[in-house]
Amino acid sequence: MAGFRLHGAAASLAVPFRAERSVIPGFGLTLGITVTYLTLIVLLPLAALVMRPYELGFSGFVAEVTEPRVLAALKLSFGMAFLGACINALFGLAVAWMLVRYDFWGKKVVDAIVDLPFALPTAVAGIALTALYAPNGWIGQWLEPLGIKVAFTPLGVLVALTFIGLPFVVRTVQPVMEDLDKELEEAAASLGATRLETFARVIFPTILPALLTGFALAFARAVGEYGSVIFIAGNMPMVSEIAPLLIIIKLEQFDYAGAAAIGTTMLGASFVLLLVINLLQRWTRRWAGI
Amino acid sequence: MAAETLSTTTDRRKAPVLDVTPPRPRGALEDPVWVKALVMAAGLGFLALFILLPLLAVFAEALRRGVGAYWEALVEPDAWSAIVLTLTVAAIAVPANLVFGVCAAWAIAKHRFPGKALLLTLIDLPFSVSPVISGLVYVLLFGAHGLLGPVLREYDIQIIFAVPGLVLATVFITFPFVARELIPLMQAQGNDEEEAAITLGASGWQTFSRVTLPNIKWGLLYGVLLCNARAMGEFGAVSVVSGHIRGETNTMPLHVEILYNEYNFVAAFAVASLLALLAIVTLVAKSLLELRYGAELAATRRH
Repeated sequence: MAGFRLHGAAASLAVPFRAERSVIPGFGLTLGITVTYLTLIVLLPLAALVMRPYELGFSGFVAEVTEPRVLAALKLSFGMAFLGACINALFGLAVAWMLVRYDFWGKKVVDAIVDLPFALPTAVAGIALTALYAPNGWIGQWLEPLGIKVAFTPLGVLVALTFIGLPFVVRTVQPVMEDLDKELEEAAASLGATRLETFARVIFPTILPALLTGFALAFARAVGEYGSVIFIAGNMPMVSEIAPLLIIIKLEQFDYAGAAAIGTTMLGASFVLLLVINLLQRWTRRWAGI
Repeated sequence: MAAETLSTTTDRRKAPVLDVTPPRPRGALEDPVWVKALVMAAGLGFLALFILLPLLAVFAEALRRGVGAYWEALVEPDAWSAIVLTLTVAAIAVPANLVFGVCAAWAIAKHRFPGKALLLTLIDLPFSVSPVISGLVYVLLFGAHGLLGPVLREYDIQIIFAVPGLVLATVFITFPFVARELIPLMQAQGNDEEEAAITLGASGWQTFSRVTLPNIKWGLLYGVLLCNARAMGEFGAVSVVSGHIRGETNTMPLHVEILYNEYNFVAAFAVASLLALLAIVTLVAKSLLELRYGAELAATRRH
């Protein structure tokens, strides 16, 4: 899906750092609208968020985000998002390889269906996954006798976050795999490399940057995810309560500053992730020569 | 390494007849059958478990008590007002972001100016922010205890827990969709055609409507499609600003939550099935666009 790629930035870096006159009109008007709208809708509200915890003072801010319940929530959100992204990296790689290299019946449908987590509203995903993994659900009833509880435990959080991050790895790795130079593989094979060696030493290093980018995108999305998680999580404080839910709980108690403190912490983490993703994508482009 | 290919472990897998002939050229890039089977099983199994089953579960649960109960849940007044509200919010948010997206793409793709990379990053920002935070920022601005709360109360303007808040949160969430689709497309197409039109005496608007718009229409549609799907399905952000007032500020996803929390599962899944249908229609339309106009969308698909 288009929205999650940060292209264009590298291309514009090559431009000399000065405005150039173009014969195409409308620059002032369109840039004016763009910047005004961006400021009103995105930048000012975000500034309101970042400014809010100031009323707590620095020590108050630290006390707020290191409170055990908040720490547990942050740990759960980040930890499960990381695990979910790992699962997606592994299986996403298999899905991408399958879609690029193998021919099978119904491939176009399978390819299209990968994007479902982007298109399906998160609340729908949430209740559907809960129905599946509840103790009497289609999957849950088989896990129950084995003593595995998924719904209403941290494991349920992992299932939801895996679902939500599923398309990212596939969609970032797939185009790079399609562009792979088959001659390199032929060369490796003719020089006597086994298929496994060719994969490990020729193919994998080329797709690694894209794989890491997909991983980071899936991770970033999962950290802030709310809708699909709250139904299946059970939302027990200290156990299965995610950070975004804690923000909402604090808001309902009119603890605006506390909510803003957690929000700012998560926003900071998003910024760091955005930076990492940006760097990874620049690396991907250099490797893949796109 | 050559010695390894002759080792017994690899020979054992090949049929003895093939051993005397040199390896087929096609075979060199082909995965062994067991690898293929493993990858296919992992990939398809993963997709079946995480995508197909949840989708099927939505419809199965919705129809559990038969078509009658399903239909009843959809024609009930609160469900109707949720559907109408969802359509209203999308009808405001999508065109707003459409106009913004076209303006941003025109400024960024057709002109050179310093700070372009920064502007692109800022446009992307809403994608990397948690939906809950997208709602939170507006509560901090317009809520009763927010920055502008006292001013709004004086003039009796309600934004949070009312429709304007829902629209704002939805606009924030879907902010980058159209711009993100158009910018790389218009960058790839270059300025030649527009420059020719201008040189021949066309006005700026004529150039846009007769030269640029026909070139970008499928990319535009693609962006609008994704923007709309997200606008109608958004949950986290609107959940924060809505206040969950039945029949008034409940969009379809929020209605699903309320019904579910009341243990009215059939009704919850019935409304959810409408949203799932929307997702399926979106995916089908998106795939058709990619199939038919793949070349025109290629610039965006490749990156």
